[in-house]
Amino acid sequence: MTTELDSLYQEIILDHYRNPHHAGLREPFEAEVHHVNPTCGDEVTLRVHVADGPDGWVVEDVSYDALGCSISQASASVMSDLVIGKPVDEALAIHEEFLTLMQGKGQVEPDEDVLEDGIAFAGVAKFPARIKCALLSWMAWKDATTTAQMEETK
Amino acid sequence: MDGLLPDLEVVRKDFPILSRVLANGQPLVYLDSANTSQKPQVVIDTMVDHLERHNANIARAMHQLGAEATEAYEGGRDKVASFIGAPDRDEVIFTKNASEGLNLAANTLAWPGDRQVGPGDEIVITEMEHHSNIVPWQLLCERTGATLRWFGITDDGRLDLSRIDDLITERTKVVSFTWVSNMLGTINPVAEIARRAHQVGALVVVDASQAAPQLPIDLAAMADEDRPDLLAFTGHKVIGPTGIGVLWGRRAILEQLPPFLGGGEMIETVTMERSTYAPVPHKFEAGTPPIVEAVGLGAAVDYLTEVGLGAVQAHEQAVTAYALEGLATIPGLTVLGPLDATHRGGAISFEIPGVHPHDVATVLDTRGIAVRAGHHCAKPAHAHFGVQSSTRLSSYLYTTPAEIDALVEGLEYTRRYFKLS
Repeated sequence: MTTELDSLYQEIILDHYRNPHHAGLREPFEAEVHHVNPTCGDEVTLRVHVADGPDGWVVEDVSYDALGCSISQASASVMSDLVIGKPVDEALAIHEEFLTLMQGKGQVEPDEDVLEDGIAFAGVAKFPARIKCALLSWMAWKDATTTAQMEETK
Repeated sequence: MDGLLPDLEVVRKDFPILSRVLANGQPLVYLDSANTSQKPQVVIDTMVDHLERHNANIARAMHQLGAEATEAYEGGRDKVASFIGAPDRDEVIFTKNASEGLNLAANTLAWPGDRQVGPGDEIVITEMEHHSNIVPWQLLCERTGATLRWFGITDDGRLDLSRIDDLITERTKVVSFTWVSNMLGTINPVAEIARRAHQVGALVVVDASQAAPQLPIDLAAMADEDRPDLLAFTGHKVIGPTGIGVLWGRRAILEQLPPFLGGGEMIETVTMERSTYAPVPHKFEAGTPPIVEAVGLGAAVDYLTEVGLGAVQAHEQAVTAYALEGLATIPGLTVLGPLDATHRGGAISFEIPGVHPHDVATVLDTRGIAVRAGHHCAKPAHAHFGVQSSTRLSSYLYTTPAEIDALVEGLEYTRRYFKLS
């Protein structure tokens, strides 16, 4: 019972939940999105600041205001750690890696070199009701980043 | 404990799922009956028997099985009519669920007819409604130009009726409200609100989804001015199957409303120029209806009648009072809704600062305890209390005090797990 719970509530997740990184809404930003999980009401407002550099698009900043459970809050914190400062293409690849882990029904071995603290979410994949919690901010980030790039290239 | 069903252990044996063992050998503690109730063996057996021996389409099959199926389906209607004390069995319409019943009402009021709603008209609902009694009225207002107005909620989770005469006026065409709140547990004064609404000629619609499972309802015994005009509930919350709901309506009102869905069985005759419609209830039952579900629902309401709704209500009050006492021992826990068990139903929503309801529900689930976490399809009511979501336990006629003890222990464990001091 406790071990099953511990596989979900890794210490890393609880740490991010108690002290979320990059939380709060900041300027500048090119896109702001609001995503909700309609089944439970979790919400996130998320801003993305991107810049087009010599080597392509880069995620300069991600800021957010999130309401929700420990899994969704910790996920927003880990996600922003992972994508801020990365080229957009690389960040999107990390997003794909995280999505694969979440949809893997607990059978996918996470790659720590890519996902860093994100590997702590491996246990979430075994709790079908909680996968959407872990994906909420990632989906919001992808949506905002796509929108921001479109805004900037208009 | 006073009030508990004397045959509680016998009742529990009638519900096979209650002996389920979950992952890690945990026995099921099912505290999510306001979401859906469990089914007794007699409902399961009645449905299986119908499918094995009597299955045919109804009202149109000219053979023995057709006659048997029709009799079984209409028998379901008789049982439901008796369950709610309907003055006339033809006033009972089978729908897909309570949402469809409420949508039938809100949708047909948009079309030309004696009751048509238009610009300048007002619809009054309440902040404690389930989304299924909010969205259909929002749609009606968008489609007709009518205005939606709301009863507020007091701090202790009751309807604020202090402004009733400002809210219900000559402009009011419909007053629609829940009998028992699915989130706060509040029991609302149906007669008082209906009386005021009828004084101004408004239609009174009652969502009885949470009332029908746990309160004795006798529509015929109500004074005419106190009786709702339309009343909806769903089968699966009264220990019946999913896929069937009930809309009861006064015959005169049902005859005034235009048809909802068109199709087979709801017509009198069809020509290429126009169609005329069958009398109620068939006017509102287009297409092949949920036949085996109606048969199962009949068995379900018979079971509840056999136990006695008065006894079910007393049991729910005893368990609810015990649960409120238990929850009060959890540090920091706040109950959303009335704290007096005699004025509420068996659903109790609460919050524990520092632990999100999803996390509470997940920890409880690993101990075999099933509760609901989220907004319970009542976002405006949550917003009123400044919370986004809550955890909800909901008991029923098969709930034991020991299950409440398991919940309280589970909540203590949850607090320790998340290191709340």
